[in-house]
Amino acid sequence: MGNLDPLGLTRRGFMRVGVTLLAVAALPQKIWAAALRPETVFQTTTLEATFEALGGVPQVSDGIIFSTPDIAENGAVVPVRIEIDPSVLPDVSKLYVIVEKNPNPLAAVFQVPPNTQPYAETRVKVAQTGNLYAVAEANGELYMVQRETKVTLGGCGG
Amino acid sequence: MASRMRIRAQLKEDYCEVKALMRHPMETGMRKDQSGAAIPANFIEDVQVLHNDAVVVQAYWGAAVSANPFLGVRFKGGAQGDVVKVVWRDNRGDSGSGETTIR
Repeated sequence: MGNLDPLGLTRRGFMRVGVTLLAVAALPQKIWAAALRPETVFQTTTLEATFEALGGVPQVSDGIIFSTPDIAENGAVVPVRIEIDPSVLPDVSKLYVIVEKNPNPLAAVFQVPPNTQPYAETRVKVAQTGNLYAVAEANGELYMVQRETKVTLGGCGG
Repeated sequence: MASRMRIRAQLKEDYCEVKALMRHPMETGMRKDQSGAAIPANFIEDVQVLHNDAVVVQAYWGAAVSANPFLGVRFKGGAQGDVVKVVWRDNRGDSGSGETTIR
């Protein structure tokens, strides 16, 4: 029956066209969204992959002042602060907060225009004891500082 | 969606300090409720700080930012009485904002 049934073929053909059209319609929006929020970096699951997605392992810089607690009693609320010393590291345009042992290490990105101080304060979840990284991007180069935070109570539902 | 936000903008030596506390559960999507069903992810993805309608900070967040997120940023060029606004949008398309004047 299948080969002789014009309706079946037409329907299949119609579906194929429909799916293709849907895919095409969805495409520009996806590209647009990806250009804004660094989705692929947010989706990485290991520190190595996160650095790779950013464009390589950043070089250590003492121009980044990264404040985190040495011991966090509650991993669900760990205060972090990134400050930049502009005399050491000028033209910083992006700051990243990365938590090594989290399911997705990248926690937050802060983009600042030239008139905004490269400074960010927030609170993040830290799943377990491990390193936290502050990464700064200046003129396309990546710099970082790492700090260990010990967690006595996990940040993910524990 | 509760969009109440506590926000403060204060003039310091040569910059304006903005502090905002948003109300949001920031669910990672990895937690389970008591019956073992997964709690769907619900977190703020996008945060903007605006000074007189110009974006002074554009932040992108993941689910690892704590519940009821705190944001502290500093920008230059603010004057007393200027409007500072914080606007967020989450992965479900909900949004919220808070507004204050610099003091």
